Amino acid sequence: MKVSENWLREWVEIDATTEEIAHQLIMSGTELDGIDPVASAFTDVRVGQIKSIEQHPDADRLKVCQVDIGEGIGEELLQIVTNATVELEQKVPIAMIGAILPSADESEKPLKIKKGKLRGIVSHGMFCGSETLGMGEAGEGLLAIPTDAELGKNLRDIFDLDDVVLDLDATPNRADLLSVAGISRELGVIMQAPVKAIEIQQATVDHDETFPVKITADDLCHRYAGRIIKDLDVKAKTPKWIVDKLLRSGVRSLGPVVDVTNYVMLELGQPMHGFDFDKLSGGINVRRSVKGEKQALLNGTTATLKADTLVISDDKQAQGLAGIMGGEDSSVSDDTNNIYLESAFFVPEKIMGKARQYGLHTDSSHRFERGVSPDLQVNALERATQLITEICGGKVGPITDVSINDDLQKRGDIHFEARRIKRHLGIEVEATRVEDILTRLGCKLSVLDGSEQGWTVTPPIFRFDLATPEDLVEEVARIYGYDNIPARLRPMEPRIARKEETLVTDDELRNILVARGYQEAITYSFVSSEVEALLSPSQEQIKLSNPISEELAIMRSSLWSGLIPALDKNVKRQQPRVRFFETGLSFLKTQDGLTQRKKIAGAITGNLYSENWNSTSEAVDFYDIKGDVEALLILASGKSFEFVSSDHTALHPGQSANILSDGEIVGVCGALHPAIEKKLDLDQQVFVFELDIDLISQKKLPEYTKLSPYPSIRRDLALLVESKISYSQITKVINKLNIKELIDSFVFDVYSGVNVDSGQKSIALSLIFQEFSRTLEEQEISSHVGKIMDALEKETGAVLR
Amino acid sequence: MNKLTELMQQAQNQLETASGLIELDEIRVHYLGKKGLITDQLKQLGQLPAEERREAGQEINKVKQSIALLLNERKDVLEEFVLNERLQNESVDVSLPGRQMEAGSLHPVTRTAKRIEEIFMQLGFAVEVGPEIEDDYHNFTALNIPDHHPSRASHDTFYFDDGTLLRTHTSPVQIRTMENQEPPLRIIAPGRVYRCDSDVTHSPMFHQVEGLMVDKDVTFSDLKGILEAFFKAFFEVEDLPTRFRPHYFPFTEPSAETDIQCVLCSGKGCRVCGNTGWIEVMGCGMVNPEVFRHVGIDPEEYTGFAFGFGIDRLAMLRYGIDDLRKLFDNDVRFLKQFA
Repeated sequence: MKVSENWLREWVEIDATTEEIAHQLIMSGTELDGIDPVASAFTDVRVGQIKSIEQHPDADRLKVCQVDIGEGIGEELLQIVTNATVELEQKVPIAMIGAILPSADESEKPLKIKKGKLRGIVSHGMFCGSETLGMGEAGEGLLAIPTDAELGKNLRDIFDLDDVVLDLDATPNRADLLSVAGISRELGVIMQAPVKAIEIQQATVDHDETFPVKITADDLCHRYAGRIIKDLDVKAKTPKWIVDKLLRSGVRSLGPVVDVTNYVMLELGQPMHGFDFDKLSGGINVRRSVKGEKQALLNGTTATLKADTLVISDDKQAQGLAGIMGGEDSSVSDDTNNIYLESAFFVPEKIMGKARQYGLHTDSSHRFERGVSPDLQVNALERATQLITEICGGKVGPITDVSINDDLQKRGDIHFEARRIKRHLGIEVEATRVEDILTRLGCKLSVLDGSEQGWTVTPPIFRFDLATPEDLVEEVARIYGYDNIPARLRPMEPRIARKEETLVTDDELRNILVARGYQEAITYSFVSSEVEALLSPSQEQIKLSNPISEELAIMRSSLWSGLIPALDKNVKRQQPRVRFFETGLSFLKTQDGLTQRKKIAGAITGNLYSENWNSTSEAVDFYDIKGDVEALLILASGKSFEFVSSDHTALHPGQSANILSDGEIVGVCGALHPAIEKKLDLDQQVFVFELDIDLISQKKLPEYTKLSPYPSIRRDLALLVESKISYSQITKVINKLNIKELIDSFVFDVYSGVNVDSGQKSIALSLIFQEFSRTLEEQEISSHVGKIMDALEKETGAVLR
Repeated sequence: MNKLTELMQQAQNQLETASGLIELDEIRVHYLGKKGLITDQLKQLGQLPAEERREAGQEINKVKQSIALLLNERKDVLEEFVLNERLQNESVDVSLPGRQMEAGSLHPVTRTAKRIEEIFMQLGFAVEVGPEIEDDYHNFTALNIPDHHPSRASHDTFYFDDGTLLRTHTSPVQIRTMENQEPPLRIIAPGRVYRCDSDVTHSPMFHQVEGLMVDKDVTFSDLKGILEAFFKAFFEVEDLPTRFRPHYFPFTEPSAETDIQCVLCSGKGCRVCGNTGWIEVMGCGMVNPEVFRHVGIDPEEYTGFAFGFGIDRLAMLRYGIDDLRKLFDNDVRFLKQFA
């Protein structure tokens, strides 16, 4: 809530600067979004009146004005040259010679007004626009001066400009801070200052006409008060002191009745509504809406109501959304003669969220949802009556005050043991201090019977947030001051974090990729439907109901959906070599419902090495991405992995592999399918991988085996096989033979071309033999090699080259 | 014996000018080889009278040894010369870059999250995680935020048609941990969170760390102590001032917002802290008994504190990043700065 500091000072006597007040509010839990001066710190701007206007002889856009600044009859008028639009007899703000006008831009120097010539004509000052004075926006022209303003008077006095607007942001639990009265009460407590509430007198009743009130929805509305005021002059002007206060709270003046109800809302915290009484028929019925019911609203829209919305209705139709906004049909207009003033209490938890259902948020709904004190209604009605009749005259009728139950004005008692303070805060607060704090806050206290130290506390009616002992602990802490509660680095019971040596951590995986030249990216978890459809066409898309945009509407089923576009963006930004990885959840709909699996994924493009003086730049290929994946999989020593050709629709059918462990797919890698690359408008070939972290995170605890002291023997085989035979087919054959002495084997060359028949390839294989307890004999090795060759020939057609 | 002196002189001259090991070997063969000139002299000893032979033999051997010595000396010189030449030829420009895979980098948010985890792990906090698609109960209700509560409005929640949602904070991990583990508890939960809001200072996805400590004697004083110590450790500023302001969160009571002195201007006031000298970094408070009741912990037996702060914000302050959106733009030129 925005509120003028001077208004607050009318209510509470504080001998403190604005800064001190602001600090105290902040440190007791009311946020301050700003302290805004109502005008810039200009000096010596006075009221003048234009007595003559002549065209400047040498400039089309300039006029020469003679201005009276009230120096007395016979004194010379002030000559001022201006380019502003002016009229004869208009009252204008004049920056006198010597006046200082600060610039809105703090970095610029303030303007000091000097006597000067404009195109040869002397000007003794300057007319001031609203913006120049820090009192309006650019383009508003000269600041409007009231016609009754005294000539020569300083603007700061006329407009009460030595004031600031405090932009206070009360937390949602503190409905009581949404009024001048409430903030003053709070300041009184935290600054220990006396608060003087305004006196509200009962209006003299001029007639006895009343309007029947029925509360049908008595669970939503607990109190409804109203009165008729007749024969008003609604065309009367709202006095300046009300208009100014409203403006400083950010509320525009809209005519006396609305101004007064707004004023009372700001002053006391009670939202009110004035109906055009002649538009109402029968009586007030506070009821639930019927589904589909239409309600034309003050803001010019028409709401189609859901069932269960609380409305203020007459005998014919709904005349407003209760506590949210009045209806158009019965609103006060220039033709209004008689009004019906409403002041009600709606049950906060029952009307919460209703305004939002209609896309509305009003000063009124803001207050009612958080809680308007149920003891305010009649007082507010009297205050508004007093102000309205002062402005518009009128004949006042008696108040109708309908309450649902009698104990509306009492809050439940709280059993508050003193020990709870130490238990939650860690410090003792003296009993007298606790009593002082709670009493100042408006609580009623009585000391507990028996041996337990403490109190029975009755919170004030306006504090909806005080219901439990912890609520009171918070109040004590807040007023006592969080600063006064010492920080304690408590001794901690030592706890050795459980760290499984056989678990591969995310950090280990990340570090491997970082060492292999990958940059970690973080992309949004929601992506566009198109990208998802291209990369994971068979996935049922998980769509947000209220996405920010269509580009960020679908939960990613693969991390590629974010990574590939991010990679491409860099390529298009002149970064041809990109190596990205990301970890995070992927979201999939499966037979078991939604799954959220932690993945690690990568996408690379461009050359393997950045351009260098001593190596040829080669573009990455399948075996580069596979090498990176294998580097990750080496960590998971507890499992064995197999790369099998993949039929993933987003990947190149000849350059992609599923990664299997115990028959389960734990990941996939390969080249993006050229057709997909084209559809995604990628400039370069991209290779990707994705692994399910939980499925590759099992390590084996290393187990020592003794080393053989005898030499190992190597035999190299050059095999000729058909091109379609894969390396893994060959290793499988060899492994199946289960030769104990064969301790290692590896491929050291793959060749096709000259000297090899087409449709064939040569694979050079190295076999390492070793026996633990002796040196192997030549014929033993030859026998093993023979066995291996026989098996290979039989199962794969391999022959020695 | 003039012949010997002559040979010696000759050999000496040849050795001095010998410029290669091959030439040197030729000289050796020429004089000392099987058919060499000195060997020849020895062979001719037999022709001398017996009484002269001994003396002449000694003379020849002396010359032979001298030549052998000179040969070795010359060989050492030449070998050293050859080695020097080789070293010269083999020298490289050590200032050229080495062969390497250019280093990658962790994302600044990951880097910051790890730093946060490490500090809290020293205090015995365990790291917990939870789902990002959450249910209403864990994200709101169990945290004492009932339907239509005004503070729900500020959460700008992303929903799915089935009523589930993207978690708006990491606080649901608190609830899940308390549901599954018995106190005493000390946990932190870093992770992604989502709010339906996007502008210069808001990203629809960002990162938070949730913290929770539950024991029989946890107080607000402990909360202040641990978190003050954390921020000092994180920013490596031993006397970093912090302030705790009363605030309202439905899931804690008393609640506080925590400011640290602006680490960029040391409290003097700058653009980042809006000239206040303070930067808001965290929400925290004592766990509301209502939350304990939801997870079946007896609030009369246990107390606890909880806190939550933005990892992105700390990363920005730590590394001087001025635009939140940079964090999720994934520009490699930006990311490489964190290698």
